[in-house]
Amino acid sequence: MRLRLILRRVAFLVMVVWAASTITFFVPRLSNRNPIRERFAELSRTGGFAAADLEVIVASYNKKFGLDKPLLQQYTDYIGSIARFDLGVSLSRFPMTVTQIIYNSLPWTISLLFVSAILSFVIGNLLGAVAAWPRSPGWLRAFATPFIMFTGVPPVLLAIFLLFFLAFKLKLFPLGQAYSTGIAPDWSFKFMLDIMWHQVLPAISMILGSVGGWVLSMRGMGVTIQGEDYVNFAEHKGLDGRTIFRNYYLRNALLPQVTGFALALGSLITSGAVVEGLYALPGLGSKLGEAIRANDFMVIYGIVLFITMSVATLMVLVEFLYPFLDPRIKQE
Amino acid sequence: MTTLTTTAPPIQPSRLKLFGGYLRRNKSLGYGLGILLFLILFTAIGFFQIKPKAAYPLAVRPKQPPSILDFGAKDWPGKYPMGSDFFGRDMHAVMVTGMWQTALIGVLAGAAGTMIGVVLGFTSAYFGGIFDMAIKGICQILTPIPVFMIQIIIASSLDKRDVTIFTMAWIVVMLAWMGPTLVIRSQVLSMKERQFVAVAKLSGVGNGGIIFGEILPNLLPFIAAAFVSQVFGSVFASFYLAIVGLGPLREPLLGNIIWGAQSQGAFFNGWWWWPIWPATAMVLILSALALINMGMDELANPRVRRTE
Amino acid sequence: MTPILQIRDLQVSYYTDLGRATALNRVNLDLNAGEKLGLVGESGSGKSTMALAMMRMIKAPGRIESGSVTVGGVDLISLNDEEMRLARLSRIAYIPQGAMNSLNPVMRIGAQMVDAIKAHVPDMSQADMTEQCMKALESVDLKRNVFQMYAHELSGGMKQRVCIAIGILLKPQVIIADEPTSALDVVTQRQVMETIDRVQKEMGTAVILIGHDMGLMAQFVDKVAVMYAGRLTEVSTVRDMFSKPMHPYAQALIKSLPNLSNKGVFQGIAGLAPSLLRIPNGCAFHPRCPQAMDVCKTTIPDVKEYEGNRLVACHLYTEGA
Repeated sequence: MRLRLILRRVAFLVMVVWAASTITFFVPRLSNRNPIRERFAELSRTGGFAAADLEVIVASYNKKFGLDKPLLQQYTDYIGSIARFDLGVSLSRFPMTVTQIIYNSLPWTISLLFVSAILSFVIGNLLGAVAAWPRSPGWLRAFATPFIMFTGVPPVLLAIFLLFFLAFKLKLFPLGQAYSTGIAPDWSFKFMLDIMWHQVLPAISMILGSVGGWVLSMRGMGVTIQGEDYVNFAEHKGLDGRTIFRNYYLRNALLPQVTGFALALGSLITSGAVVEGLYALPGLGSKLGEAIRANDFMVIYGIVLFITMSVATLMVLVEFLYPFLDPRIKQE
Repeated sequence: MTTLTTTAPPIQPSRLKLFGGYLRRNKSLGYGLGILLFLILFTAIGFFQIKPKAAYPLAVRPKQPPSILDFGAKDWPGKYPMGSDFFGRDMHAVMVTGMWQTALIGVLAGAAGTMIGVVLGFTSAYFGGIFDMAIKGICQILTPIPVFMIQIIIASSLDKRDVTIFTMAWIVVMLAWMGPTLVIRSQVLSMKERQFVAVAKLSGVGNGGIIFGEILPNLLPFIAAAFVSQVFGSVFASFYLAIVGLGPLREPLLGNIIWGAQSQGAFFNGWWWWPIWPATAMVLILSALALINMGMDELANPRVRRTE
Repeated sequence: MTPILQIRDLQVSYYTDLGRATALNRVNLDLNAGEKLGLVGESGSGKSTMALAMMRMIKAPGRIESGSVTVGGVDLISLNDEEMRLARLSRIAYIPQGAMNSLNPVMRIGAQMVDAIKAHVPDMSQADMTEQCMKALESVDLKRNVFQMYAHELSGGMKQRVCIAIGILLKPQVIIADEPTSALDVVTQRQVMETIDRVQKEMGTAVILIGHDMGLMAQFVDKVAVMYAGRLTEVSTVRDMFSKPMHPYAQALIKSLPNLSNKGVFQGIAGLAPSLLRIPNGCAFHPRCPQAMDVCKTTIPDVKEYEGNRLVACHLYTEGA
């Protein structure tokens, strides 16, 4: 039974990746734009013309989108190359491959997203649970309200205001970049501290932007769970408030939130990409922005595909996590 | 709460008064509409104050700080009340035009997305069968794919000279119909099971009669709510596209302005007003729509509705 | 012998938008160790409120206005919150109405039982706690492996037994069972009742059984208490109550039961139970009472003792009336 469930989810994952790859294959062909010719034109304009490089670029480009083979075969070749995780080479930073670019920028993106996703989930759900718990003190409940006000505001706008007030006006934080200029990148403690210092504002904007949503949904969930018989019976058993809160109320209210976490991953990564661009952190988002600016289509498609695949994979992974959290799922 | 009154029934208050009374109870709708009204007034009045040409590059002296902040000045609010940017655009003109364009994209894409959603959701739920399975399947497969990523693919495949406000709206619509489709689908499914539809069917009312006479009127609050959240989604999506540089670069769309400011290092160079005005406007627009959305939920879904 | 449970003048009100509703009106009740009392009455008569008041679990907008609930010499109403928390389950235990949903779906049964012990005897060793839980499970006819199971793996009857096992975990002096069998089928109902009966005999606990099922009640309890509009109207032994009820409301209740001699004839009680917001003056039952007198409309009848062991609140039996 468990095996069938796993197989079904993996098949679903493959479907999603296939759909995303198909979109990235067909959409560019529907447009009248020829990226390779544009690149030629640009290179000849700037004078950075190297015939040998161009041959390789064209070959790689033909392999992926090439017009020399029948459409169906192009398509199967393309899907095949994606299955091997071959995303082509960069047009603007040749001979770097797209996979290399992703690999270099990934640590930045992961650290920002990991920290902000975990922190906003934990803070938001705790605040929401506390806000709905009738025995929690008033000041703790009032604490949730300002976060709710930011619910509709995308993190990148918060980032702009944080930059303005904390970095530009008060000069408490740097105005962007991954680390201070004039410091040599190495593994020293000082450098690490400098990097973390530059990550504070991006992380805060991501967290402020997503905490409110968790507070709202958890508060609604908490009100429902409080009315459950098992919470009531727990009190009849003479349990102390803390045990009831943790074992009977929070654990049950959190279950649907974990599903919500999986669904929120897509918008979180999207926001993260835009925030990175604003702070000029060298993560995937900034690379995507650079590629858009430089008309580097291979990098655009590669990063988009990679992000899509990661989101879909993470969603399925969270689903696999679910049976460990909710014993009722195992039965099905 | 309600007690029987022995006095004569009071004179019916005017509709406006009733609406005002409702807004006092439905606070989020009230605040949302309030902010929206302010933005509309700013834009409408602004059109009389600005020269439309001033919203485009090389129109005015560049890099002027906002003169509205010099409260003591004799000619307050001054020549450039909101300042001007690096490219020589008057920020006041930029804001008025950008706000209008943002509203245009939001309403166009919102209306189109809602319409597609209503039609698809309706046919899917009402007729069922293969069509329903196909729509449900597509929605399921597309859900884990971040919509923004596909929008990037579409937008970047277009020639930048071709991108206009309207193409922006279409890019957004192409991937924004799933939400309303699923909402309308589930509503129609539950309405199909309700008694008034069964009664209509038994009394020989045809499909058309049931759809337009029975189900659609009951669906209107949900369609209205879906429209508001569609407008929110469209403004959000077009803003994100513009802020990564995929907007109609010539136009003073709010996202474009921030992208331009960021590209020129506005904060590093001290031109703080350049990104701050569009960011403030965007916060106001999105908050207003989010608040109205919450208020509409309360209106459309009686279970959320608070007791008086 | 002093009764193990003494309720004196217990009064509970709910403050609603429509006014103050008196859900429990000066209730007095004694119960000896080892005794089983059935508490019956229509919906809204205050049975469940009484159970919650004894556990001090009345939630806002409700309030215990006055009175005392003494269990084994300790007045629960005068305890502070922490002392009351410790008294729950160890002095007075409650077996819930909705056993179907009364167990936490994401915790093992054992963990939920250990939680309960830990809250009262935190320094007991893990092994002792487990052993005590196992014993409680066995005494309600459940296998030891239920300890490792989750609620969704158990049947309705088993869940109810788990709730009983939790109730007896700390050997309380009083157990309140609030309609413990309402959601079960007839066969399971009987088995669960027999379990309660046996456990009670072994431990010598006093049990208050709340329910509408007079038939089931008659087989398992020693005494029956009838409630009406927040007041106790009659407390008698099962034999007296069923053969010769005294209060007109009790008489009507007994008459409304189906039995073999008047098969197919159901006799309801005329009229509706009064709203707790507007309890009639005098005896609350007088508008529906076939034997109502003038005094019933003005004066609340006192509870008096008759035949040595029966308590009745009715003007019919007051001398000189």
